[in-house]
Amino acid sequence: MATQHSRSAARMMMAPAVILLLGWMLVPLTMTLFFSFKKYLPLRGDSVANGLDWVGFENYVRFVGSSSFWPSIQATLVIVGGVLVITVVLGILLALLLDRPMWGQGIVRILVISPFFVMPTVSGLVWKNMFMDPINGLLAHLYKFFGAEPVQWLSQASLESIIMIVSWQWLPFATLILLTAIQSLDSEQLEAAEMDGAPVIKRFWHIILPHMSRAITVVILIQTIFLLSIFAEIFVTTAGAFGTKTLTYLIFQRVLESQNVGLGSAGGVYAIILANIVAIFLMRIVGKNLD
Amino acid sequence: MGQIVLNQVQKKFGDVEVIPPLDLTIEDGEFTVFVGPSGCGKSTLLRLIAGLEDVTAGSIQIDGKETSNLPPAKRGLAMVFQSYALYPHMTVRKNIAFPLRMAKLDQAEIDQRVANAAEVLNLTEYLDRRPGQLSGGQRQRVAIGRAIVREPAAFLFDEPLSNLDAALRVGMRLEISELHKRLATTMIYVTHDQVEAMTMADKIVVLNAGVIEQVGSPLELYRNPRNHFVAGFIGSPKMNFISGEAASDMNAHTIGIRPEHIEVSESAGEWTGVVGVSEHLGSDTFFHIHDTGLGDTLTVRADGEVGFKHGDKINLTPRTDMIHKFDDQGLRIGE
Amino acid sequence: MARAVTTKQKIMFTAAAWSIGLLIFFPILWTVLTSFKTEAQAINDPPLFLFFDWTLENYSVVQERSNYMKFLWNSVIIAGGSTLLGIIIAIPAAWSMAFTPSRRTKDILLWMLSTKMLPAVGVLYPIYLLFIELGLLDSRFGLVMVLMLINLPIIVWMLYTYFREIPGEILEAARMDGASLKEEILYVLTPMALPGIASTVLLNIILAWNEAFWTLNLTAANAAPLTAFIASYSSPEGLFFAKLSAASTMAIAPILILGWFSQKQLVRGLTFGAVK
Repeated sequence: MATQHSRSAARMMMAPAVILLLGWMLVPLTMTLFFSFKKYLPLRGDSVANGLDWVGFENYVRFVGSSSFWPSIQATLVIVGGVLVITVVLGILLALLLDRPMWGQGIVRILVISPFFVMPTVSGLVWKNMFMDPINGLLAHLYKFFGAEPVQWLSQASLESIIMIVSWQWLPFATLILLTAIQSLDSEQLEAAEMDGAPVIKRFWHIILPHMSRAITVVILIQTIFLLSIFAEIFVTTAGAFGTKTLTYLIFQRVLESQNVGLGSAGGVYAIILANIVAIFLMRIVGKNLD
Repeated sequence: MGQIVLNQVQKKFGDVEVIPPLDLTIEDGEFTVFVGPSGCGKSTLLRLIAGLEDVTAGSIQIDGKETSNLPPAKRGLAMVFQSYALYPHMTVRKNIAFPLRMAKLDQAEIDQRVANAAEVLNLTEYLDRRPGQLSGGQRQRVAIGRAIVREPAAFLFDEPLSNLDAALRVGMRLEISELHKRLATTMIYVTHDQVEAMTMADKIVVLNAGVIEQVGSPLELYRNPRNHFVAGFIGSPKMNFISGEAASDMNAHTIGIRPEHIEVSESAGEWTGVVGVSEHLGSDTFFHIHDTGLGDTLTVRADGEVGFKHGDKINLTPRTDMIHKFDDQGLRIGE
Repeated sequence: MARAVTTKQKIMFTAAAWSIGLLIFFPILWTVLTSFKTEAQAINDPPLFLFFDWTLENYSVVQERSNYMKFLWNSVIIAGGSTLLGIIIAIPAAWSMAFTPSRRTKDILLWMLSTKMLPAVGVLYPIYLLFIELGLLDSRFGLVMVLMLINLPIIVWMLYTYFREIPGEILEAARMDGASLKEEILYVLTPMALPGIASTVLLNIILAWNEAFWTLNLTAANAAPLTAFIASYSSPEGLFFAKLSAASTMAIAPILILGWFSQKQLVRGLTFGAVK
């Protein structure tokens, strides 16, 4: 519904955003693909200017074949899965609680949402030092108070520690979105169910949960995309030691620490494929909502 | 100045032809109403003239100047929208001044013109309010004010009264007619309400499915509808249509007779029937008559004091000089 | 819900919600409290909660030793600059998608979203290399560009959803009134969408402020923002709890406060309108 003028104007107005994003996507992506088929070790004098040796799929094979690969996949899955379970389950419970009548609801909301605004490096370090430090950390004090032996959190229970830190950051996000979903539930539906004599558990299971299912899916998908690429929390706590080397962190180390660009790029392509599998599902849901 | 000539104007949305090629001339100073059922293309036609949509083919000339490729702003037209489309973040004063500001007039001139428009439209005391603080009728007047300050070649109205309640609508109808008499500028007015069309127009354009069914003055359309569609659309209550034997007796496929052209009597008449629902308006009474043997229910208008009751037998006599005859294509059979 | 709840129930809900809320908030509270302690008190056994000698010393020490203001300024420039630039590019784009939609609009929107899902680490080296080539490494301009690009899809999306709520007739009225495209966007659309634009700005400042992949990997001494400043406390300074806390408090305080104001918009912005 518009004229030729406004349509061509529209194209012009969209052009900067589209061109920038297209460049942002295509240029590095092409380079990553290109490097992934090359031997590229900048520290040994390889450079784009001198030409790089074509090695076919060797980087892909070596990346998967390296002893760190499967552990990194495992660490990634454990962290993503653990955080998802914790945030979604606690998020649902918390959202149900926050939806109840109470005094100071607004303030409680602010308290609950706050961790989301803490920058990842801060939450990583605050947890690592002030809570999980085996001597002076608050958790150590708590254990000693109950006469238990303090845990060496980040070395002995490293994955659990990371999961805890990241869950603390993402629980607010899950809670807020699930709360929004609960609040959009028509209360007449619940009242009707109550009139029909459905007990609380059944009402939750048959009405509230189905109503929230979309929001839960969205939370899972969006969090998965962000969680697959968590970086700073690991960077400032264990730096990938003690079995916390995720796929993202492994690629980071290959590329920037050991400067094996070819190998890292092959890993990058794997990460992109992995993220895209999740993304497709998210896009379906979002796309449906557009019509 | 504002003669508007449409020449073979056509509009398609994708493959769908909304308006088949049509010709139309609107004379300078004329109050023209586009009327038709919803979806008939009347709003699209108005938007084509406004320049908010492109014509697919054909030309639109305003004062002899080809404008079909000009953007809306360059056509010298002003438009009043159905939703009023006021700028909610501006005061009434700024709303009315907006087109002048866009035309880069100097401030003194703008103030002068806004003051005049406000005076004409009784808006002076509301100038510093926001649209949100005004009633529907006041908003409507602001929208009109925004249109008149530009002194356009023609005004376009897109169902401007449909968001108002019935009482206000009658008042605004008079105000707009009054305004037209005063400004003597071309106005094109889109409505689906044939009463608005009849009461306001110099010229009515009846549209149906993108096609112009008839163009003419209100009385021409009332007296000599060119076809079945126009006959049924213009006039309230609707014309009665009778087909079958009664029609073929008069060498027509269908005959039409308006409710006000049927005489009622207790004793004698050409047709007889039974009174169903009667609607008493005070001045008039409308009777809906069943069992006339003529097909559908007939509607007749009688004087307000005529007192038939539900189930009474009634005798009807149509005024023969007021019977409209149509052929099997729905076209009027001429005298 | 308009149903009667007994006072007893309400007390129960209130107590439960406040306890959990405070538990979740506790790490932040503890950090803020610790920032006012001396180093010795910070590691006191048993931990001191409120009864200690409140001091502002840590704040001045952090500023003196590590030039906190410079990092703060970098954060402000990077978060503010990338958001401003993003908004300027996104407004026209969102305008065309909301008011002149075509068959491809939906595809373009979804495609934009998909660029947001590209894992950063997958393109780390190319960007790193390009930054070296273009002399952008450790420059604020480079980071402004990168953060603008990673957040542009969110900005376009949010604006798009806000613009769609504005009736198109008003923009057509502006067009009839003789407004050019620029005037239509500047005088009519932008002021009408101001609340939406403000929330978009707010959310994106938060996201850019906390971004900790590119800011850590593409900066060194010059352009490092607060994320990198805190990361430098990783060791061994991290053992100085009071100073770590002071630095952390300064890094999160501004954004925490902005965040409290933008809770509602957060949902819309981060779920791309999929949850309302």
